[in-house]
Amino acid sequence: MAAIARMIDSDLFWSFRRSPVTVISAVVALICVLGAVLAPLLAPHNPFDVATLNLIDAFKPPAWAAEGDAAYPLGSDDQGRDVLSAIMYGARVSLLVGFCAVLFSMVVGVSVGLLAGYAGGAVDGLLMRIADIQLTFPNILIALLVDGIARAALPSDVHDRVALFVVIFAIGISAWPQFARTVRGSTLVERNKEYVLAARVIGISQLRIMLTHVLPNVLGPVLVIATLGLSNAIISEATLSYLGAGVPQTQPSLGTLIRIGNDFLFSGEWWIAIFPGIALIAMVLSVNLLGDWLRDALNPRLR
Amino acid sequence: MAETPILEVEDLARYFDVSRPWLQRVLAGEGKRILRAVDGISFAIPRGTTLSLVGESGCGKSTVARLVVGLYPPSRGHVRFEGMELERARAIAEQRRRMQMIFQDPYASLNPRWRVKDIVAEPIRAFGMTPSAAAQQAKVAELLTQVGLSPLDGEKFPHEFSGGQRQRISIARALSSNPDFLVCDEPTSALDVSVQAQILNLMKDLQARLGLTYLFISHNLAVVRQVSDRIGVMYLGRLVELAPAETLFTTPRHPYTRALMEAIPDLEMTGRQRIPVGGEVPSPISPPSGCPFHPRCPLANDRCKAERPGLIPARATEQSLTACHAVEEGRDGGLPAAQRIGTTATAL
Amino acid sequence: MAPLLEVRDLRVEFPTRRGILTALDGVSFSIAPGEVLGVVGESGAGKSMTGAAIIGLLEPPGRIAGGQILLNGKRIDNLRYDQMRRIRGREIGAIFQDPLTTLNPLYTVGEQLVETIRTHLGLDGAEARKRAIGWLEMVGIPAAAQRVDSYPHEFSGGMRQRVVIALALCAEPKLIVADEPTTALDVSIQAQVIALLKGLARDKGTSMMLVTHDMGVIAETADRVAVMYAGRIAEIGPVREVVKHPKHPYSAGLMASIPPLDRKVEHLAQIDGAMPRLSAIPRGCAFNPRCPEVFARCLVERPALLATGATEAACWLYDAASEKHAPEAMRHG
Repeated sequence: MAAIARMIDSDLFWSFRRSPVTVISAVVALICVLGAVLAPLLAPHNPFDVATLNLIDAFKPPAWAAEGDAAYPLGSDDQGRDVLSAIMYGARVSLLVGFCAVLFSMVVGVSVGLLAGYAGGAVDGLLMRIADIQLTFPNILIALLVDGIARAALPSDVHDRVALFVVIFAIGISAWPQFARTVRGSTLVERNKEYVLAARVIGISQLRIMLTHVLPNVLGPVLVIATLGLSNAIISEATLSYLGAGVPQTQPSLGTLIRIGNDFLFSGEWWIAIFPGIALIAMVLSVNLLGDWLRDALNPRLR
Repeated sequence: MAETPILEVEDLARYFDVSRPWLQRVLAGEGKRILRAVDGISFAIPRGTTLSLVGESGCGKSTVARLVVGLYPPSRGHVRFEGMELERARAIAEQRRRMQMIFQDPYASLNPRWRVKDIVAEPIRAFGMTPSAAAQQAKVAELLTQVGLSPLDGEKFPHEFSGGQRQRISIARALSSNPDFLVCDEPTSALDVSVQAQILNLMKDLQARLGLTYLFISHNLAVVRQVSDRIGVMYLGRLVELAPAETLFTTPRHPYTRALMEAIPDLEMTGRQRIPVGGEVPSPISPPSGCPFHPRCPLANDRCKAERPGLIPARATEQSLTACHAVEEGRDGGLPAAQRIGTTATAL
Repeated sequence: MAPLLEVRDLRVEFPTRRGILTALDGVSFSIAPGEVLGVVGESGAGKSMTGAAIIGLLEPPGRIAGGQILLNGKRIDNLRYDQMRRIRGREIGAIFQDPLTTLNPLYTVGEQLVETIRTHLGLDGAEARKRAIGWLEMVGIPAAAQRVDSYPHEFSGGMRQRVVIALALCAEPKLIVADEPTTALDVSIQAQVIALLKGLARDKGTSMMLVTHDMGVIAETADRVAVMYAGRIAEIGPVREVVKHPKHPYSAGLMASIPPLDRKVEHLAQIDGAMPRLSAIPRGCAFNPRCPEVFARCLVERPALLATGATEAACWLYDAASEKHAPEAMRHG
């Protein structure tokens, strides 16, 4: 209880409440996350249950259109799948990939940045040059490369099973330099602060100083990058899936849905592509706006 | 004087490589740039006494502080703690426990994400000094009381305290491992004057009560006078004068020491016209030849420009050591106390 | 003689989410032509804020919420930003602690001086440049004719502060507000800069408000001194009186806690406790929780500046109506 009271009283929460855009973004993001996480409970249909699919239900327009069917609020696709349900399940995949990819790049990036910043010298030089080199390649290119290698190296049945992990790895590996650079920068500042020197005088081990003293004090900006990184990861995943290099067909993400809908965009069945697109935009935009707010709120110079 | 001094420093030097990155250096055809932060100083601190190092910014006094607790390895020379080479002493927890440090900036010296009780208890835990959590809690409460805070303050975070209170927390942390030797790097420079008095009084009380030995670093001569037994004056990485505190203030020898004292604005308002020392401290990357003070010194001659003076007794009988050819040769004689260091820059 | 600057009952407030903080409360003083007024106090006492309010550079969301600031009898606290900018530089010069914040790193010091001189004095380029070199010589920069084309980073700290002084003085303002002008400098350089400021103020008849926490600097430079505490003036008077015979218990404690250079004392006088935060200034006299002389009236009623001898102190000890002996038991009890 005390923790909640403290949170409501905090400056962060105050600045949150003062910004209507942020509050709206948070609500939208919350709806997206809840809709995705609770899809099995909330979705009107299970789009993956082949037994319930019937081609007679295919290409139904949204419920409010003249030929609409209330059972398919946002219409249905060429297989007779409910678009709303597909979006909810698709968002689940998108968010899962996004979260895991960010977590992966965060763990790698924070570790590398902390080590580079704290150790300095040759270690720092080496790690940061690797990050520099990686930054010269576009993220999507790296992801495509990883995906291509995985497809070539693995038999297709194995690949389908691990495809999700490949995508997470592909997206995550392209984003770690951002974390590494930021954490290195903050670490360079923190490691010369007197509280770290005090710990060194006592003779606390370097690893322990890094983890208990430096790490907690460099995590603020990481949170911001992670939030902004989440929306990037979701877009990357959608792009990969749209290009057909992403998650397997059996687990369509928002990107996959848009790709499928793309074929019907000009033949009148616009809802199959547009609604997943709107869902993607809503999700990415709300997360991005939250990240922007967090960045400003945590920046002491803008207070 | 048979007893081993708690700390002994011999010909200690520390150089920093401040060259630009290799590629830029090669392209610009530059050599390496070496900053001689500390360049060959020697002193010893007997048990239970305070040695202060004073000097202006960049004179190397803070580097000395960090060298003697092992935060930097020396480029040359020796530091001995209780007669043992520092590197060996620092490898032994029991010896490491006996040296602690207090820092200048009360806002940077406490981890902002730790509670005060954890900050103070860090050395206790690191050296495994108490058998139980309860004993540790009792020890932290005792330490906080000892430095004039309440045991209840342990639950708070550093940002809830004023600068003076944070410095008390720093002191409590330093005392928690029952040290014998404390290095105090400008402990009151960031504090307001009335708070500075509180902290100085506290440090003097603790020294008397616990028999502590201090290496005290400061740029403030008045503060140094209140706490020191002996004082070393540093200029450009070297000791220019080392003397018992009272001797230094009653009979300053080195022209730089005199200039420093001359420069301090005083409250006495005797209407005395102060003549400030001219010029500025040269860069420690390319220090002047011979005596580093010669470009600003009114007594400088050709020998001062060529030959580096050693730190030697000023007169056979005196306890103060001076690194000055003019003092050695008696050329400083007859200089009145209120004086004559030449000025160029401020003459209007 | 009519004062050059007059500050009447100045009140500065900072609206925050937890309510309005009063950073300056009822600050009144004046500076005569050619006079150097020192303003001392501990960090957070409001001394820098007083200077910032006068030159119209209060940091938002801080604002003047009451009182008046008059320069030559004309109000300047209610001017628009562009009007105030003309006064800043031409009539009031400002010197800050960190010379790097005042100098533009992208222009040579000569360009910055010439720009200021041309804007405020309306001279042509060649004449302005001659003046600029003259000012650099006057503040003691060697080889001024060559250094005039150097960039700020090519000067050392002390030299940079001289450039800032030249910049503040080159439009020949009547008042200089100097906020901790020597704090960032080493002792030997400090002395040079103080001597310079003092000499210039004397020669040019410029008035100066010198804000610093260093009593030594004030004692050497100022004619009168105002001691501030918790956003209020505790005592104001001739510098000699305030330093040698402080009347307010806070100024007395402050003077006593300065370590003397000429002798070693066993125990320095100290004021216990700390200055209250702006959000928790006690009722009555702001100093009452730390005051050794506190009595009943101090806890409820805020003292105004009361004349006592040559100085004025905001302390009920100097009001004949105070029943100051009765509560003796309270403070020892």
